[in-house]
Amino acid sequence: MATGTRATSRVPASGVTPVGAVSTGIGVALGSRRAPRGDVWRRFRRNKLAMAGLAVVTVLVLAALLAPVLSPFDPNAIDTNASRQPPGAEHWFGTDLLGRDLFTRVLYGAQTSLQVGVFAVVIATSIGLVAGAVAGYYGGKADTLIMRVTDVFLAFPYLLLAIAVIVAIGRSKGTVIVVIGFLGWMAVARLFRSRVLSVKEVEYVEAARAAGCSDLRIITRHILPNAIQPVIVYATVLVGTAVLAEAALSFLGAGIVEPTAAWGLMVADGRRFLFTSPHMLFFPGAAIFVTVMAFVFVGDGLRDALDPKLR
Amino acid sequence: MTEPGELLLSVRDLRTEFRTDAGVVKAVDGVSYDVYENEVVGIVGESGSGKSVTAMSIMGLVPDPPGRITSGQAVWKGRDLIGLDDKALRGVRGGEIAVVFQDPMSSLNPVHTVGRQIAEMVRLHRRASRKQAAERAVEMMDLVGIPQARRRARSYPHEFSGGMRQRVMIAMALSCEPDLLIADEPTTALDVTIQAQVLELLQEVKERTSSAILLITHDLGVVAGMADQVLVMYAGKAVERGSAPEVFHRSQHPYTLGLLSSLPRVDEDAGTRLRPIQGTPPSLIHLPPGCSFHPRCPFARTPAPCVTDEPPLEEAVTPGHAAACHFAEEVSAADVLAPSPSSSADTP
Repeated sequence: MATGTRATSRVPASGVTPVGAVSTGIGVALGSRRAPRGDVWRRFRRNKLAMAGLAVVTVLVLAALLAPVLSPFDPNAIDTNASRQPPGAEHWFGTDLLGRDLFTRVLYGAQTSLQVGVFAVVIATSIGLVAGAVAGYYGGKADTLIMRVTDVFLAFPYLLLAIAVIVAIGRSKGTVIVVIGFLGWMAVARLFRSRVLSVKEVEYVEAARAAGCSDLRIITRHILPNAIQPVIVYATVLVGTAVLAEAALSFLGAGIVEPTAAWGLMVADGRRFLFTSPHMLFFPGAAIFVTVMAFVFVGDGLRDALDPKLR
Repeated sequence: MTEPGELLLSVRDLRTEFRTDAGVVKAVDGVSYDVYENEVVGIVGESGSGKSVTAMSIMGLVPDPPGRITSGQAVWKGRDLIGLDDKALRGVRGGEIAVVFQDPMSSLNPVHTVGRQIAEMVRLHRRASRKQAAERAVEMMDLVGIPQARRRARSYPHEFSGGMRQRVMIAMALSCEPDLLIADEPTTALDVTIQAQVLELLQEVKERTSSAILLITHDLGVVAGMADQVLVMYAGKAVERGSAPEVFHRSQHPYTLGLLSSLPRVDEDAGTRLRPIQGTPPSLIHLPPGCSFHPRCPFARTPAPCVTDEPPLEEAVTPGHAAACHFAEEVSAADVLAPSPSSSADTP
């Protein structure tokens, strides 16, 4: 700074206040450091539904992680003497046809659902981000090709295709994750492409190019952080959607295999005893409902928090 | 003025087009100029005259499509930059030729601290550890007069004022000691007082480093205050080229004369009306035949030669001072439009 002031004072050009003095004032006036991330959290916190959603998600994650600690029962322990018992002091959510403790199975079901939901979304967003970035950044033929492939994927009936693929390569948790992931990237690709299209025209991207950055560097360091926000929001909601898809597939017999605890399977089980043992349907069904809603609310809250202009 | 050194950049017959739905826009149409070491070259012209595209073309920064460089050379230290592959160009960009853009508000990435952004530039072009690059960033910020540089390097762009951001941009551009600094309208987006500070800073850069500066602006005052050589552009063509005093004091092209006389002047009565150049800039898709400036030119003789022949850019009157006008001699003798262009040109 000292050098700056000394040197500028040499230049007689115009009667402006010495640089140092003016700029110090500016520096102090705008010097408060407030991370944008803090703002996001403050806005998110004000949204009650989103906070409720976040609480539910936290409880779910804890339930999934701590399932063995939270319940004294083995989720797969069959006790034919205790078949279809209604909720009570011993079995909080009652038992299923094979006498397994439903509370325990709902907890372990949370494990399954969250695993499938999170990993499927990781796959879907990874594919979607790459496809969207290439399409949006390079444009032209690459864009046309990628977007037509996206359209083709969107045109497939989601569940039918998933069932077909899973039946063909065999049912397992891994297959379900991969299939849901591979069928869920299209919206991410479109969303990210449109953001890249607008962000790549911004001057700091041109400046980055003028600074000698490679395309990869421009995309990952300069475009991505500025274009990712709607994808974060969508991905959050997508976790809920993936949970729902897993439940649907399991319900239809094309998803998770018994004896693994999965909510969809439990609903399928309970369906036959809807009138005699409604608890068998109610608890896993409620778990699905609450989980999906929670992710939707968190997603909503994130959207409002990340982009206050939208409100 | 600093003594010019070796020839750094030699642009010859550069032509850049943009293909649009309405037709082909000839944004740069056969422009030639040289930049020597230590020299400040000013490119002046109205919006849309092709002055920015001229500079961006040599860096390979014209988006393709729709833009395309159809012909020309830009010899940089003995190597033609036009048509060079992207990898080779990346080494030149930022490292050897750096750019300061017009709008400091949007030229910095909002999600990274300014220190990190300067350091990124350093690490792209110099062998430096993260720590060394960060040190260099602080050093550069200090150099361009940002107070408390070490602390401010950790701030985000939105925490800076416009003038301070432009300083950051200049610090970033200078961080790898480029041989040429392209300043694309560096002061246009700033307040007048801040403009003066940024110009002082550029002046300092000129005096303390050996960087040549290519100063692109529509502000004649800025050019008059800083440039050694001036290139005046109109409708994609260079219409006048020469040393700054020559071009401003003995203009040979009616367009330059018109620009100078349209400036508001301090020595006139407050009520005096401005003297704009009549008419509007032509469409770059359908240029007027002959000399592009003839529909607005008070010296034009129609139809011949102004409507029929395009005047070449040649040193017809004075050596080292070229103008593309059939009546360059007449214009240089004329005083009607600008009684004394010098007085208005002296204010930076």
